[in-house]
Amino acid sequence: MTTLSIQNMSKYFDGELILDELSIHVEEGEFVSILGPSGSGKSTLFHVIGGLFTPDSGDIQLDGKSINGQRGTISYMPQSPSLLPWRTVIENVMLGQELHGKRDRDKALCMIERAGLKGYENAYPDDLSGGMKQRVAFIRALVSPQSFLCLDEPFSALDEFTRLDMQKWLLSIWEEDLSSVLFVTHNIDEALFLSDRIIVLSTRPARVQKEFKVPFPRPRDKEILLTEEFLKWKTSIFEELSQYV
Amino acid sequence: MKAWISKGWRPFLVIILLFIIWESTIRVFEVPAWLMPSPSEIWAEGVASWSTFTGHLASTTLLTIGGFVIGCTIGIGTAVGLHLLPKVREAIYPLMILSQNIPIIVLAPLLVIWFGFGLLPKIIVITLICFFPVAVSALDGFRQTNAEYILYMKMSGATKSQIFRKVEWPHALPSIFSGLKISATYSVMGAVISEWLGAQKGIGVYMTLASSSFRTDRVFVAIFMIMMLSLVFFGIILLLEKIMIKWNRKEER
Repeated sequence: MTTLSIQNMSKYFDGELILDELSIHVEEGEFVSILGPSGSGKSTLFHVIGGLFTPDSGDIQLDGKSINGQRGTISYMPQSPSLLPWRTVIENVMLGQELHGKRDRDKALCMIERAGLKGYENAYPDDLSGGMKQRVAFIRALVSPQSFLCLDEPFSALDEFTRLDMQKWLLSIWEEDLSSVLFVTHNIDEALFLSDRIIVLSTRPARVQKEFKVPFPRPRDKEILLTEEFLKWKTSIFEELSQYV
Repeated sequence: MKAWISKGWRPFLVIILLFIIWESTIRVFEVPAWLMPSPSEIWAEGVASWSTFTGHLASTTLLTIGGFVIGCTIGIGTAVGLHLLPKVREAIYPLMILSQNIPIIVLAPLLVIWFGFGLLPKIIVITLICFFPVAVSALDGFRQTNAEYILYMKMSGATKSQIFRKVEWPHALPSIFSGLKISATYSVMGAVISEWLGAQKGIGVYMTLASSSFRTDRVFVAIFMIMMLSLVFFGIILLLEKIMIKWNRKEER
């Protein structure tokens, strides 16, 4: 289990300030969503956490150790599934493990079964639906050796029905595993439904605008999407965001 | 096989038709055989001289395979090297294209002056012909790898060599095979050209002898054999591609 702590981290690109003194903390087993208008630098934030870029100031710590500019310390699920089309489902799931030299076929098979993809182990990604591909991408991230999960708008390309299905499925898997998760989204419902905490970012340069602690108990059911309280929360987050639209 | 027959009958019919037109034109206008032989005469000559022809055929086939393997290996090796060293690629790539503008026909006699009549100049000619399509298609295949795949790999801590082996190489394979197919058909032509330079055996030698003695029928036998040989090489590469690339490529990008 893992904690992530970002302290006063700033990042410039071509002289332009993109991320401005961000401080974000994710506790062990916590599900934190980052909600922001598009173009606010959410994906950039992930790329800095993932070590593709080094922060210009501030610090990123994983379990108390600085990981600035260090690659391969987090487990990543990108916006598009990015499954390699020449690898079967099982080979794709094991890709993250393979990069760090430890293949664990049993664990991969077990997760494929839990994802409801039993029988598809040897199928190629092109034979799967959009939702199934996202599931494969998610379990690829889960069985990777790194224990901190970064999910970058994983459901943004899915239709509304599939998306709700996937959110419920994600919760069911996560509520068993309780990894620490940082989840980027621009969908308020999604953030409220999934997370323990929501961090609202401003437009460029991205600052931490506001933090919401989501009060709904777990395990959650989709029924809460229709409650009065859910709507109340949605309204207040919407108001926070709408000043940037 | 069934699909092949249902699709393949059209070109087959066209070929048969062409042969019929050819044959009847020759007969109706009584064209002399040294000027233009009819398909039936070519066939008869092919069957009659088959036993002497096999030696030439074997020699050309071996030369083609040797040149093709060497040329493609150098082509792929160069592509890998240039891809991994982008600065060198920028410097060399235009030169590679320029090198293709040198006509082989002009270069071939020079190669004989430099390297004699042995195997070496012949292999160099075929290598030059095979190298380019393979190198260019492999380079393009490496470069066109989806940025998403690379992003995932980098975020997951993959090294440069892991990205190359697990993403860029398999991604480029279909494109490399396109290059190999072009090279496979050209390589036979390259072998024949190189044999014109001077050789003991080979379809090229057979062809030169035939045309200098006005045995036009034999020239045509050689032409058809070159076509057959090219087709066979093409088929072998196609088969290899089917074996090595099992994933469905229809929906890519």
